[in-house]
Amino acid sequence: MIALFFILIYPGFLFLALFGLIAEFIDRKLYARMQNRQGPPWFQPLADFIKLLGKEDIVPDEANPRMFRLMPLFALTAVVSSIIYIPLWKTEALYSFPGDLVVVLYLLTLPTLAFFIGGWYSTSLYARIGSVRSLTQMFAYEVPLFMGLFSPALLADSWTLSEISRFYVDHPLYSFFNILGFGVSLVALLGKLEKAPFDIPEAETEIVAGTFTEYSGRLFAFFRLSIDIEMVVGASLLAAVFLPFGWREDAVIGFLIYIFKVLLVVFLLTLARTIFARMRIDQMVRFCWKYLVPLALLQLLIVLFLKGVVL
Amino acid sequence: MHDAHEHDYEFKIPLGPQHPALKEPENFSIALKGEKILGVDIRLGYNHRGIEKACEARTFLQDVYLLERICGICSHSHSSAYVQAVEEIAGLVVPKRALYIRTLIGELERIHSHFLWLGVAGHEIGFDTLLMYTWRDREIVMDLLAQLTGNRVNYGINTIGGVRRDITPEQGKDILAAMATLEERTKYYVQIATEETSIIKRLSGVGVISRQDAIRLGAVGPTARASGVNRDIRREDPYAAYAEMDFDVITDDHCDVYGRTVVRLKELMESFRIVRQVVAKIPDGPITVRAPRKIPAGDALSRYEAPRGEDVHYVKSSGGEKPERVKVRAPTLANIQTVKHMLRDRFLADMPIVIAAIDPCFSCTDRLVGVRHLDNHKKETLSWESLRAFSLGWHRAKGFDITVAEKKLHQLMEH
Repeated sequence: MIALFFILIYPGFLFLALFGLIAEFIDRKLYARMQNRQGPPWFQPLADFIKLLGKEDIVPDEANPRMFRLMPLFALTAVVSSIIYIPLWKTEALYSFPGDLVVVLYLLTLPTLAFFIGGWYSTSLYARIGSVRSLTQMFAYEVPLFMGLFSPALLADSWTLSEISRFYVDHPLYSFFNILGFGVSLVALLGKLEKAPFDIPEAETEIVAGTFTEYSGRLFAFFRLSIDIEMVVGASLLAAVFLPFGWREDAVIGFLIYIFKVLLVVFLLTLARTIFARMRIDQMVRFCWKYLVPLALLQLLIVLFLKGVVL
Repeated sequence: MHDAHEHDYEFKIPLGPQHPALKEPENFSIALKGEKILGVDIRLGYNHRGIEKACEARTFLQDVYLLERICGICSHSHSSAYVQAVEEIAGLVVPKRALYIRTLIGELERIHSHFLWLGVAGHEIGFDTLLMYTWRDREIVMDLLAQLTGNRVNYGINTIGGVRRDITPEQGKDILAAMATLEERTKYYVQIATEETSIIKRLSGVGVISRQDAIRLGAVGPTARASGVNRDIRREDPYAAYAEMDFDVITDDHCDVYGRTVVRLKELMESFRIVRQVVAKIPDGPITVRAPRKIPAGDALSRYEAPRGEDVHYVKSSGGEKPERVKVRAPTLANIQTVKHMLRDRFLADMPIVIAAIDPCFSCTDRLVGVRHLDNHKKETLSWESLRAFSLGWHRAKGFDITVAEKKLHQLMEH
């Protein structure tokens, strides 16, 4: 019974869906204000979601209907299930086992795969180009993201998220050595969420809506919701690993600090979206391998040096 | 374009007639290999409105307003070019003050068009912040145009023999204030476009066309000037009051989209200069001379430097109230051929910005309908008679015989 509560309501589907929609609103509002626009009212993401739920689902004749319908749910399930291993306001996550960091990263990779398969099976040319692009992009950002997140884990000597956060609560100063990794992971997260400047798979002026060109109605609503939730989960993951302050046993204050941390990450993502133009796919891949990966390697070196010399 | 390697394409994707990158219906069929463009097939003609033919059925004065509606952005360019041609045939001497007002509106139009272009360019490379900023600032000049002429888009200020509205000294002050604001903002955009790395990466080296190719393909306007072709109708064949204005023709030798951006931004600065000179130097006097209803027989060719390039109007009169022939060559038609060359071996992601960089206006350009058979891809042009026959047949197939309806109408009118 309690497990069901965890999965469906808190911190599972319902909480994440609401928080995801709020995060989307904050992202859109900040984006608009920074562009000198008014921006949407607070309920706009929810209204969009409800509107999409009421629309007709159109499955292209040529598409594989089973895969086409399955992929949005697949993406949603993957992101929702990854939250239970991430510590939110106290250093304990709901469930944890040795190596859950790797599992969370794996679960966060699944939506991209779902975008690829969904786009591929919708058989539209635009969707296919978009899905190939999202896969190409994945190979570029995934390596720096993993390396960026593994270096704090290496410093904490654990692959368990709860243990990592406990380590940094005990040694808060060590987290300053991970700033480089935080930057790298943040940029890689932009690629994962397919937000500008890495919104190449859904570049509307080139390939319409990319992967999602053929999606409509409920299926599209779930895809959008899973991206929103992915943003929250990704931000929570970054907050848990890189921002080790404010963990309390006191639930209310701890929770508020957690919300603040996630919104801080969302703000940084929005800022990048506002000030950069979209890159080309070749520029994006080159950027990731030429700058992000060496920086992540540098971060690993710093951590190894610290472990070898200081600890 | 039929190159040897064009046949190696993996798939062809259609860009348009309905596509988010295009503001008007137009079709680009792109042969792709991965992300690389091997060849582009451009198809015009979705927006043919028969304006030239319609001009022949209206009087000279009515045509001013009809031709103004060729383009929603450079509307003043088309009406001015036409009015100049008619005035030349009729031998009218337009008052100085009217010429200055035409120059003023023409430059304000260039300012709003270039601001619009900068925003569109930002949108095409996925930089919506630039779009929002420039379109916000474009409102200043749009409001100014509405204040001066009464309209935001189709100003309706030209008439044969002069202009229809005068400007007051107070309006002159408003213009100068607006120019000061816009100049400051433009300096900021110049700074963004020339210093912001992610923009430069998307613009420089993209859509290259050499000076020789630009001349050979007949490119005009900023597209040609960004390839180092020093050509501007305002200086070479001065019309309105441009002969008395002091301004520079901006050229650039980058030959790419970045060069075109720089040219347009610097042209904005020149436009501010011209507007200030107009306000300072505008002479007193009448704003119009009386034009005859019937224009004497003759023909004239008029050239005008529209924001997008040289706009050419040819008008022929047979001495009646209506023109015998009006021919319009919009700048986009001159530039569209360069797009194919610019896109050779580029990436799909460069496609929107390269098309946008010539500042295309397809509805201005479409002068005929090309029909392509779906089975054998053979192109043909329909004559007036065959178009009518096709239309009758098409309606008949839908169960509506227009010839029967016409007969009934005639019977009714006889009664």
